[in-house]
Amino acid sequence: MSSSEISNKSQDQYYVPHLAKWPIVGSIGMTIAAVGAATFMNSETAKVPVMMYLGFAVIIFMVFGWFAEVIKESERKMYNTQVDASFRMGMVWFIFSEVMFFATFFGALFYYRNLSVPWLGGEGTGLSTNTELWAGYEGVWPTNGPGNVGGEFKLIDPYHLPLINTVLLLASSVTLTIAHHAVVANARKKAIIWLAATVVLGAVFLFFQVDEYKEAYQHLNLTLESGIYGSTFFMLTGFHGMHVTLGAIMLAVITIRMMKGHFKPDSHFGFEAVAWYWHFVDVVWLGLFIFVYII
Amino acid sequence: MSHATTMDHEHDHDHKPKGFVKRWLMTTNHKDIGTLYLIFALAMFILGGALAMIIRLELFQPGLQFVNPDFFNQLTTMHALIMVFGAVMPAFVGFANWMIPIMIGAPDMALPRMNNWSFWILPFAFTMLISTFFMESGAPAAGWTLYPPLVLQGGDNIAFAVFAIHMLGISSIMGAINVIATIMNMRAPNMGYLKMPLFVWTWLITAFLLIAVMPVFAGAVTMLLTDAYFGTTFFNAAGGGDPVLFQHVFWFFGHPEVYIMILPSFGIISEIIPTFARKPLFGYVSMVYASAAIAFLSFIVWAHHMFSVGMPLGGELYFMYATMLISIPTGVKVFNWVSTMWKGAMTFETPMLWALAFVILFTIGGFSGLMMALAPVDFQYHDTYFIVAHFHYVLVTGAVFAIIAGVYYWIPKWTGNMYSERLGKIHFWWSAISVNVLFFPQHFLGLAGMPRRIPDYSTQFAEFNMMSSIGGFAFGLAQVFFIYIVYRTIKGKGTTKATDRVWEGAKGLEWFIPSPAPHHTFQDGEPVKDEHLAHVSNH
Amino acid sequence: MKKITNGSSNRFKNVLFLIFATVFSNAVFAINGEKYAMNLPKGVTEFSNTVYGLHMIVLWICIIIGVLVFGAMFYSIFAHRKSKGVKAAQFTHSTTAEIIWTVIPILILVVIAFPATEALIKMEAPSDADGNRVEMEMTVKVTGYQWKWKYDYLGEDVSFMSSLSEKSNEARQLNSNIDPESVENYLLDVDKPLVIPVNTNIRILLTSNDVIHSWWVPSFGWKRDAIPGYVNEAWTNVPEVGIYRGQCAELCGKDHGFMPVVVEVKSKADYAIWLTEQKELAAKAKDKDNIEWTKEDLMSQGKKVYNSSCATCHQASGKGLPPAFPALDGNELVNAAMEEQIKTVVFGREGTAMSAFGSMLSDSDIAAAITYTRNSWSNTVKDTVQPADIKKVKE
Ligand code: HEA
Ligand code: HEA
Ligand code: HEC
Ligand code: CUA
Ligand SMILES: [Cu+2]
Repeated sequence: MSSSEISNKSQDQYYVPHLAKWPIVGSIGMTIAAVGAATFMNSETAKVPVMMYLGFAVIIFMVFGWFAEVIKESERKMYNTQVDASFRMGMVWFIFSEVMFFATFFGALFYYRNLSVPWLGGEGTGLSTNTELWAGYEGVWPTNGPGNVGGEFKLIDPYHLPLINTVLLLASSVTLTIAHHAVVANARKKAIIWLAATVVLGAVFLFFQVDEYKEAYQHLNLTLESGIYGSTFFMLTGFHGMHVTLGAIMLAVITIRMMKGHFKPDSHFGFEAVAWYWHFVDVVWLGLFIFVYII
Repeated sequence: MSHATTMDHEHDHDHKPKGFVKRWLMTTNHKDIGTLYLIFALAMFILGGALAMIIRLELFQPGLQFVNPDFFNQLTTMHALIMVFGAVMPAFVGFANWMIPIMIGAPDMALPRMNNWSFWILPFAFTMLISTFFMESGAPAAGWTLYPPLVLQGGDNIAFAVFAIHMLGISSIMGAINVIATIMNMRAPNMGYLKMPLFVWTWLITAFLLIAVMPVFAGAVTMLLTDAYFGTTFFNAAGGGDPVLFQHVFWFFGHPEVYIMILPSFGIISEIIPTFARKPLFGYVSMVYASAAIAFLSFIVWAHHMFSVGMPLGGELYFMYATMLISIPTGVKVFNWVSTMWKGAMTFETPMLWALAFVILFTIGGFSGLMMALAPVDFQYHDTYFIVAHFHYVLVTGAVFAIIAGVYYWIPKWTGNMYSERLGKIHFWWSAISVNVLFFPQHFLGLAGMPRRIPDYSTQFAEFNMMSSIGGFAFGLAQVFFIYIVYRTIKGKGTTKATDRVWEGAKGLEWFIPSPAPHHTFQDGEPVKDEHLAHVSNH
Repeated sequence: MKKITNGSSNRFKNVLFLIFATVFSNAVFAINGEKYAMNLPKGVTEFSNTVYGLHMIVLWICIIIGVLVFGAMFYSIFAHRKSKGVKAAQFTHSTTAEIIWTVIPILILVVIAFPATEALIKMEAPSDADGNRVEMEMTVKVTGYQWKWKYDYLGEDVSFMSSLSEKSNEARQLNSNIDPESVENYLLDVDKPLVIPVNTNIRILLTSNDVIHSWWVPSFGWKRDAIPGYVNEAWTNVPEVGIYRGQCAELCGKDHGFMPVVVEVKSKADYAIWLTEQKELAAKAKDKDNIEWTKEDLMSQGKKVYNSSCATCHQASGKGLPPAFPALDGNELVNAAMEEQIKTVVFGREGTAMSAFGSMLSDSDIAAAITYTRNSWSNTVKDTVQPADIKKVKE
């Protein structure tokens, strides 16, 4: 909808937008990306998933367009506290769905470590599995399975890069909280500085993670194809990394909005939503650090 | 907090956007989006039903007559995926969109733009999924449960199916978030939680289930994707994986999923029976608690689908006991419905007939569920037509009957026209009889030993299969008739105008607004009046 | 459309009768005869009888609850209707009633739970009257393949494949124009059944070579999945000599409906004779692997092997079912040097339905099948493949 249609709304009414053009753009973008990715995966020859990137471009275009509209409406004070509450609930339950998504992979990790790998090694109900099919296999974690899939591999030392990364992410949660207090105290400059620091910490985290992946692939022979250890390791850390990337981009956008003068001490939901998301990503990392790297 | 509303065109009470694109593609109106969902669901029901008709045609007599075995498996798989994710779930979201804001006195759904997005993802996702039929690899053929390693033999369709499922998941999650935010945040003043109609309650609980399990399904299919294309070994023992893990994850989603398809039905039925019994719903509060209990239990029983997979004894015992427990809250619901009828002053308009059939036939489906909950007996029942009979009783005569009941109940409010009571009754009796001819013999087939998902069977199963097919064709035809009835009602052909109240015994906010419901209902945020509500404080 | 054969028109009448019976009466339970099997079979084993008993208990409980609930409902429908001029009561709840109908079902469930638990333990952790674990007397390993079973008699050096019988297989083809009624035990017959002795505790180990299958003989009272990479254990003890039929019960691809399970239970003496025979056969087969074959022998044996082991996928015509199953007729690989083709057949192709036949067929059978494919249809390579060639590739 064009913003000119929105006129003299008083803030004590629930704002119901009238026409929305972005969702349909988003659906089309999603479809282009999905079909592009699927076609690319099925293709023997394609080197670059052009169509998928095109789809992402449309999605990014949609996100910017959509949010621009929302931000404009927000800045014009068309949202009352009730609208704000809807947004909050939306974000909370969205994060909950993300929690469940990660829970799936953590659950899988526990299942492999505590049930299926020991069975392959002959424990519990797995005695004949071991003797009939995989004689000689020990079934201890970490493992790439009785078939030695992907060949011998070495582990990442948890007390090197992963530890640094843990410190980085924890620190970023602290800086973000300082920034939040600054917003509430209406100390804009301070808030911008601490926000920027958070973005930098996130970026450094990602840089180290890329480094770690390189190390794993080039020197440790630890790859996505290293049996179940490699599968769970890269699935968990990879999806987490994707979320950090997304979070860092959103933080960057928030920083820019800060600079543009958005957000008030009593109304800065955009900021809070991203902050919640970032803390969630942080907590997931702690889980990863403990269950994937250390134990 | 204020509950007033802003519309873009305040003075134009019934303003609808002009032009097809604006009205339907860009709409943020909960009623229009509800209509879109319902129409989409009907289209998918026809498609899924058409596939089922081919299945029944092939199974009409022994020997292969029409399709190749591989294509048969594609039919079974796509029939189920389309019915579950394309017909039943969207139909309920359609009801939610139409009715929840009206029932709680809200101006619209809480997040109207996202509401539009939730819907418009669906047609795209299904186009993608259905397009696999036309690929060299064919459509997915490993059953709707998508078990590896079989599903990984699917070739090109894997990526398409997985991404389509991701999109469906995103759509469902956004839809569910919207329902939660609407119910928790948009109730009119004086609309306390324990005054909400039961339909709203069951949908609130369903929405939580959706948010909790759709991401799990997405995670499961993502693992399929990486196993198929990126060399992971989640489901390959040689690499330390386990195909059975997929089943655990799938059913952790899948079991709550079946309650996602039945809880809103419970809600609809709980609206209809009191109306036509002219008596308040019996045990309103215990209905709420029972729904919540069912939802909770649904998370801890998943492995009853896997009794024959070779779980340790302790696991089998646990899942058997937990599953049996679900009968208790479900029984509470059934008993409460019967008690609602007890000493009422009943009339039997079409919605009531469907609701009564629901109570009986769903319960029969529930009974076979209880029988299968007993692990040692399930060793026999599992993967036979007994299971097929069970879930069609709860899904077709359960979920679908409730949807049809709901359509007859509310279509006068939606369109302003009364459907033809005579045609409605013909539709009911025709369906109610044929659906039993269709699915009841499948119990016998299963018990006598006919496995499911087979295109051909040994000759001792011939009679009951033919019978089931005849029932199937009759039931399918009855639904064509349904489409005709709905069409007539929308067009207002040979129908009367509906009154605002529509049903003599109807209570609840939706019956105090005009028929058809205006494009925008509650704008001024007035507190709701207790005398308009079905459930007020005497609990 | 195919015309309905004579047998079918008879069937049509039966179906009409059954519809009538089901819709208009409860007599369905009365016609529970041989002809229209409707109920769970009792089976022959102790376990299957336990299961049957349990099934009947819950069935009756459900029927009784159903009669009570639906009875109350129908009474209400007839008595409490507006057309009779009743006025609706306005009561909304009754704590007493609700407690009653929560507690009674709980008690019913508890009562059912006891025998169910007992039955489950009988299957999963069998023990005798003194509480000692039941000793197993022999072990058969069952391996699922797309779409046949392999039976290994552990410790006996006997092992063979078991797949759908020739006759059923011909009749089940799309538009075969063979009336299934004319085939005895249509779809429930195999070329070579599993043979086991009567009154013997038999441990059955289940696994699979490709996708998940499920081994099921209803008369034994259980089914259990065969999962690739894992071994499941089950057991049975059949007290009656006879032939028992079942089917694969887990969707395993296109021919899931066509992989029956047939078990022949013999007296202990007959079983011993059978076993000796099998061992001799196995020894002979080994000999066959060590000789040089003539082309004629290879071709005639090859045709047999091809039709029973390869034709499900690549079709008797050699045309395959593209794209899933490639044609061997005119196939590049088949018409090239034998090495690669042997490798494909012996080791299979991972992640496809083409399984490793090296562990399923003897070297001579593989050699024969390959020779056959290279010299049939339009393929004219003219060479012969000998068991020794197979052995070479295996090493
Ligand atoms: C709407 C969908 C729906 C619903 C509501 C249910 C309800 C139930 N289901 Fe069902 N089920 C499915 C859909 C559904 N199911 C589907 C789709 C499958 C197959 C999936 C696949 O493999 O493809 C399946 C499969 C399935 C299995 C697996 C079988 C197998 O594959 O081997 C089991 C096993 O326990 C089961 C059990 C139950 C139980 C105990 C209930 C209970 O909730 C029922 C409770 C209700 C009652 C019992 C009746 C009313 C109660 C009373 C009147 C009170 C008094 C009664 C007593 C105490 C006896 N279901
Ligand atoms: C909500 C879910 C739902 C619904 C509504 C249905 C509805 C029906 N189902 Fe479905 N079914 C499932 C969910 C559902 N099913 C699931 C989950 C499975 C398991 C799949 C698996 O094993 O993986 C299954 C499997 C399944 C099987 C077993 C297949 C097998 O094991 O191989 C059969 C066989 O009879 C069947 C039949 C039917 C029939 C006849 C209907 C009828 O009720 C349908 C009636 C409706 C219509 C017929 C549409 C009306 C329109 C027309 C007739 C117009 C025709 C139009 C054209 C021809 C253009 N279903
Ligand atoms: C269960 C199905 C199945 C059976 C049985 C089967 N095959 Fe195959 N076969 C396949 C599939 C699928 C492929 C394609 C594999 C691929 O895509 O790489 C294949 C490929 C082949 C190839 C290679 C063809 C090429 O173009 O690459 C040969 C040769 C072959 N099979 C021979 C045989 C022989 C000989 C037998 C019997 C002993 C047999 N197959 C039994 C499914 C089967
Ligand atoms: Cu093997 Cu089904
Ligand atoms: Cu379930």
